[in-house]
Amino acid sequence: MTKPTKSTKPGPDVLQKTPTGIKGLDEITGGGLPLGRTTLICGGTGCGKTLLAMEFLMRGALQYAEPGVFMSFEEKSEELTQNFASLGFDLNDLVARGKLAIDYVHIERSEVEENGEYDLAGLFIRLGYAIDSIGAKRVVLDTIEALFSGLANETILRAELRRLFRFLKDKGVTAIVTGEQGEQSLTRYGLEEYVADCVIFLSHSISQQIATRRMRIIKYRGSSHGTNEYPFLIDESGFSVMPISSLGLDHPASIKRVSTGIPRLDTMLGEKGYYRGSSVLVTGTAGTGKSSMAAHFADAACRRGERCLYFAFEESQNQIIRNMRSIGIDLEQWVARGLLIFQNSRPTLYGLEMHLVAIHKAIEINSPAIVIVDPISSLMAATNEADVKSMLSRLIDYLKMKEITAFCTDLAATGSSLERTDIGISSLMDTWLLLQNIEAGGERNRGLYILKSRGMEHSNQIREFILSNSGVELRDVYIGSSGVLTGSARTTQEAVERAETLVRKQEIESKQREIERKRTVIEAQVAALHAQFEAEKDVMDLVIAKAKLRDETLVLGNLAISRSRQVSDLPHQQGSAAKTGKGGRK
Amino acid sequence: MTNAVKKNPNALPKPAAVAERWMLRLYVAGQTPNSLIAYANLSRICEEHLKGRYEIEVIDLLVNPTLAKDDQILALPTLVRKLPEPMKKIIGDLSNTEKILVGLDVRPIV
Repeated sequence: MTKPTKSTKPGPDVLQKTPTGIKGLDEITGGGLPLGRTTLICGGTGCGKTLLAMEFLMRGALQYAEPGVFMSFEEKSEELTQNFASLGFDLNDLVARGKLAIDYVHIERSEVEENGEYDLAGLFIRLGYAIDSIGAKRVVLDTIEALFSGLANETILRAELRRLFRFLKDKGVTAIVTGEQGEQSLTRYGLEEYVADCVIFLSHSISQQIATRRMRIIKYRGSSHGTNEYPFLIDESGFSVMPISSLGLDHPASIKRVSTGIPRLDTMLGEKGYYRGSSVLVTGTAGTGKSSMAAHFADAACRRGERCLYFAFEESQNQIIRNMRSIGIDLEQWVARGLLIFQNSRPTLYGLEMHLVAIHKAIEINSPAIVIVDPISSLMAATNEADVKSMLSRLIDYLKMKEITAFCTDLAATGSSLERTDIGISSLMDTWLLLQNIEAGGERNRGLYILKSRGMEHSNQIREFILSNSGVELRDVYIGSSGVLTGSARTTQEAVERAETLVRKQEIESKQREIERKRTVIEAQVAALHAQFEAEKDVMDLVIAKAKLRDETLVLGNLAISRSRQVSDLPHQQGSAAKTGKGGRK
Repeated sequence: MTNAVKKNPNALPKPAAVAERWMLRLYVAGQTPNSLIAYANLSRICEEHLKGRYEIEVIDLLVNPTLAKDDQILALPTLVRKLPEPMKKIIGDLSNTEKILVGLDVRPIV
């Protein structure tokens, strides 16, 4: 698949190729079928040989302006026209415009008798005429093996076939011959020995009652090619092939973020949400709200005006819309505006590969910004786990290449370890959310963890996850002695805390009042003491005053006595001299 | 040998009893050995067994390739018995006379 194909530089040895225009086939052949050579398409009944061949012509005529000749040995042109009309191809129109020539070759052994030597020049002339009349570049012979049943002389036939393929080469047309699968060989009559350039094998296998169409390139001379079996799909727009392993690990990594649609969850994921183009997995048991998260994400994307593709494998579109309305999300408006596209199908509708091809196709057509797969686990119903892993890794790779954010939900079996979730899948995912039922106190509540989220800081805490009629809400949970508290236990705990707070508040208030009171008391006491002191002081002052008064009175008395006794100065000068002084001053 | 219609010179108005006309058409592609042999064989047999009651039309597909489609011609040379009905086809150089007589329902005139 690496080959430089339609060589721009005409190297002498480079094989030129003719693009088929069929989605995927050009990728695995590295550009298309070998130009100017014959390709054999073989396979069992009903595996799509004729369709592939016809689409090769149709696309050649419409996309590459290369007219084609369809030589049918099995179906009349009217039948072909009818059959392909159901696939949206209007053969009559192309024939009228000279872009397609259909020649029905009828051969029936009972109607023809053989007598002696002959050759198939008539066939050559018809083919040559058809090619020349419209200037055909592409030719299909479907299926030339009919000649073997129509003509008895195999020796002549084989010689003529060899000549036919040489004739086609000389004409320079790129041809497809189809061949029915034989029991031991690729084709019943060994056509592969004539067509040596390119052999494509189609199969239609059934495993667990589910049919899967596969294609393999058995041989491609002069070119490298994908060697695996590639699943392909036939639907109303024709063929599409899905290359399995052409994708490498070199996808771009965006630093842009997209909101999860749940503000609190954005906060948990480093304030911004998921990375654009990353892959998100939500695991949870039944009824934990996975689809609701998906709906939130889709709703947020549509609100931003981005297109969202929703693959639902369990519910119908109307059911999802109705259910999401109950949590306050109106998805219908986005459907009406063409922003939200639902693709609902049962997982068992077809095999896993088919789903992948169908998903690819839908993505190609709609080019969404986000893709939701709800749930990936139901795809496992279709096949085994290893296949699912390989399919998912291809899907995720593909989405990353396109920078499409993938949101997958995964239903985990109740009772098993949730983190078991398909070892393979989780390693593909960038962000992994786990929704869990927490059973306590006679009720189940939902809890949400972020198990991992590559390349961003994220919360390590569990959050309670509540579905209300206004959407998803995340709440803190309480870690109590008996584990995590959720639901009514959490409500109770909240009430208890509120009560405790109230009590504490009251206590503080009463203490404060007590302080006030004490202060008042002390202040009163201080005032009383002051008053007492004043009172005592008054008394003291009085006593002092009295004492002084008595002193003066005494001195005055002495003076008066001495005067009255006519004593001059003599006894006066000692002892009583000071008192006299004082008294004199007063 | 082009697509010219060659009438047997003896096939003049000869209103035979039932007058079963034999319209034979021989498709060829140019003058290949096989087609020459086939024409020679056919002429001989007709002369011997259907004298005066047949027409041979030789169509060269190299000249008129579109005619191949109408009679569903694949192998060459092909002899087509247009009349009498039903149409019959014999491919090959007609080297086995017995087989032709049986194939064309021509019984030797006794």
